[in-house]
Amino acid sequence: MATVQENPLSVGLEHLPIDPTTLVIFGATGDLARRKLLPAIYNLAHEGSLPAHFEMIGVARRELGDDGFRDYAGEAIERFSRRAPDAEVLRALLERVRYVSGSLDDATTYGRVAELAAELEAGAGVATNRIFYLATAPELFEPAIGGLGGAGLARPDRSQARVVVEKPFGHDLDSARALNQAVLDVFEERQVFRIDHYLGKETVQNMLVLRFANGIFEPLWNRSYVDHVQITAAEDIGIGSRAGYYDNAGALRDIAQNHLLQLLTLLCMEPPVSLAPDEVRNEKVKVLHAIRPPHPEEVADMAVRGQYHGGTVAGEEVPGYLEEEGVRAGSDTESYVAVKLFVENWRWAGVPFYLRAGKRLARQSTEIAVTLKPVPHLAFQGPDAAGAAPNQLVLSVQPNEGVSLSLVAKVPGARIQIRPVNMEFLYGASFLSQSPEAYERLIVDTMRGQATLFTRRDEVEAAWAIFDPILRAWAGDAAPPTAYRAGSDGPEDAARLLERGASWRRV
Amino acid sequence: MATGVSVTPEVAWSARGTTPKEIAAALSRLAGDRDGGRPLAYAPARVLNLVTVVERARRDELVERLERLGRLHTSRTFVCVISDGERRDLDAFATMSCELPSHPGGLAVCRERVEIELGRGQLSRLESILDPLLVGDVPTVVWSPRHREAVDAMLAAAQVVLVDSGEQPDPAAALVRAAELAHEAQVVDLAWLRTTPWRERLAAAFDPPAQRDMLARIDCVTVRHEPAAASSGLLLVGWLCAQLGWAGRGRLAGDRGGSITGSADGPENQVELRLEPVDGQSAPGLAGVTVGGPGGSLSLDRGPGGLAARERRPDGRERAWTAMGASRGEPGILADGLRAALSDDLAYGPALRSAAVMLAA
Repeated sequence: MATVQENPLSVGLEHLPIDPTTLVIFGATGDLARRKLLPAIYNLAHEGSLPAHFEMIGVARRELGDDGFRDYAGEAIERFSRRAPDAEVLRALLERVRYVSGSLDDATTYGRVAELAAELEAGAGVATNRIFYLATAPELFEPAIGGLGGAGLARPDRSQARVVVEKPFGHDLDSARALNQAVLDVFEERQVFRIDHYLGKETVQNMLVLRFANGIFEPLWNRSYVDHVQITAAEDIGIGSRAGYYDNAGALRDIAQNHLLQLLTLLCMEPPVSLAPDEVRNEKVKVLHAIRPPHPEEVADMAVRGQYHGGTVAGEEVPGYLEEEGVRAGSDTESYVAVKLFVENWRWAGVPFYLRAGKRLARQSTEIAVTLKPVPHLAFQGPDAAGAAPNQLVLSVQPNEGVSLSLVAKVPGARIQIRPVNMEFLYGASFLSQSPEAYERLIVDTMRGQATLFTRRDEVEAAWAIFDPILRAWAGDAAPPTAYRAGSDGPEDAARLLERGASWRRV
Repeated sequence: MATGVSVTPEVAWSARGTTPKEIAAALSRLAGDRDGGRPLAYAPARVLNLVTVVERARRDELVERLERLGRLHTSRTFVCVISDGERRDLDAFATMSCELPSHPGGLAVCRERVEIELGRGQLSRLESILDPLLVGDVPTVVWSPRHREAVDAMLAAAQVVLVDSGEQPDPAAALVRAAELAHEAQVVDLAWLRTTPWRERLAAAFDPPAQRDMLARIDCVTVRHEPAAASSGLLLVGWLCAQLGWAGRGRLAGDRGGSITGSADGPENQVELRLEPVDGQSAPGLAGVTVGGPGGSLSLDRGPGGLAARERRPDGRERAWTAMGASRGEPGILADGLRAALSDDLAYGPALRSAAVMLAA
């Protein structure tokens, strides 16, 4: 197939051409579609980023019909779009929307999808790529994959077919392997887009630019200068209406196994030869392979799990985890996890990486804090030097997207007093653009067949392999998770993971 | 759901008969006064300096355009207002306002606007007046649609010149002027940015390999434009010429009806070029474009919800669709212009040169 670079008219364009596409969303009336996918697709239409020939088919059990689903999609977009919709663009988009009602366990559903996709392609008069987006409950992934294969939708004659699989991709190593096998029995790896929406965030992508387009960091980016790294995903919210999923998953599966490990791989990977999908993913997989999974007897020293009880968040009384609607009585699901990992390779040997994620913490904050080693000798002695602290580079993913570097500086005055100060780069203050939602970027990449920001089979399995021993140890441990107060920084017990006098950053 | 932007009340300073040094000191004080005791963290915008120059009669119109930029921050915006009479001193008015964060713990990003009233005779030394006031280490953009001497004076300090060839009465002269400026600074032309959706849709239409082959066989291009937007049409034609290898071999000339016609030598055909003004369009910019080849054509025209596309194939079949996209409107074009000041545009320079060469032929 010819490449975009061969089109002389595409030189310098921000929105590069995309091949004609039919996007099929399975689980089209679900929460993900309503809150994220449909608004993202609208915003792409608003900005002129969708292909000239674009059709969308929603698939779900609910009996809606085309018009009913258009109404549903329109309301979702009105409510959740990051910008107020333009009525004419929205109308033009909804005209391209069709709906198939059916169960994903029923083979005839896929037959009807195939017929409708073929009808739309005939109407467009051009060969049309097909994207199958599995925005369903995880237990429906395998039936959906099988259904697509059975209906002949995975291998079209004249165009490309791709499948997007949402997280969670499995619930442990064995199930991830089984799901991978099921997917790859039907699709080839190049057709599979396993989504981790963190990778679509502007600040996460900026990690690659920060590391590999700035000469200042590379000399420091190793065990000689880095003391430790803390990767934090703190949420102030509870589990909301997600108890059905969350109470079976927990913080380790929900956040640490995917989002936090992705951040860790981007932080630790060697410079890729290029940003081609497999060049980047090869380097990320090497990092995951360099992390030794804990032996069962090491789990207690490497991981802490916690569960919130009632407390106050942002001035409001909130219930404990076990009082949340839909949570099983006596559930031992962790709403907080902290893990210590080591990347055992030449660059990072001996540097502890602390990962933590939790709900109902003091505030929302996702960040990576790289703490450098202290200076070997401090000439400034006595109480005036008490403010001396190792330099920290903090990559903030949310809420204040940016990068800050802490330095120590002299406090103005007659004495040599020292205290930390920050040099800061903030996206909001340095650029004139509003960052697109992660899903917008990832949907476009899927339509373009660009897989750099999606996870590969071996990457998913390597990530599960790291945490599988922890999950098994916890499953066999009768002790409940350590309690922490809602609105706090998490269980105090997490401090025992830290080495060499380090302390957790405030969330 | 999208929400409106909240800003803190402005803190302000003003003085008559003042100096750049006093204005700089006042800006420092405003930065210190900005929090007013509120428990917020502030961050100064560090994007660019925007220097605008306008005569008093057009000052309100300009300020309204700037305010409609909304949340798009420049670091420091200068509105240089030319007095009706002669004068040698400066009156100045400075404000600082901060956009309130949309989430707890967020930072309030602050922007400053400095309005300076000065005499026409002072424009030739505008750079020396403003240089002490520019935020360092960020690009400086100068936008002075009607006062060439102000642009020339600022070239020593500015990295980017914002122009709108569509606002000039003679489109050919406007493009020649833009080409001259391009030797001195990066030029961002709003007339060019108005062609962006059209270029994107044309690129998309010819992207499939089967369609791409037709690029070499194009034999006619017609661009329809709002009467004052001939420069956008010329730039679109210049872009096609440059990207498709027609550059330097074409010629364009105006006729009495307001159309501009000409031709260019394509790789397989001579390409007939035609720019036609059309009445009745409220928005500045293009109204439509048709690209034709042996037996087939593609037309794009403004329509509800995007551009209405119609394709006629050599076998006689026709297809129509809407290339979706919201109109950015003039505030959106100006915002795009400021964003463009922060990046390189690989296609503008060749398009401008092609258009200028054909007009000169």
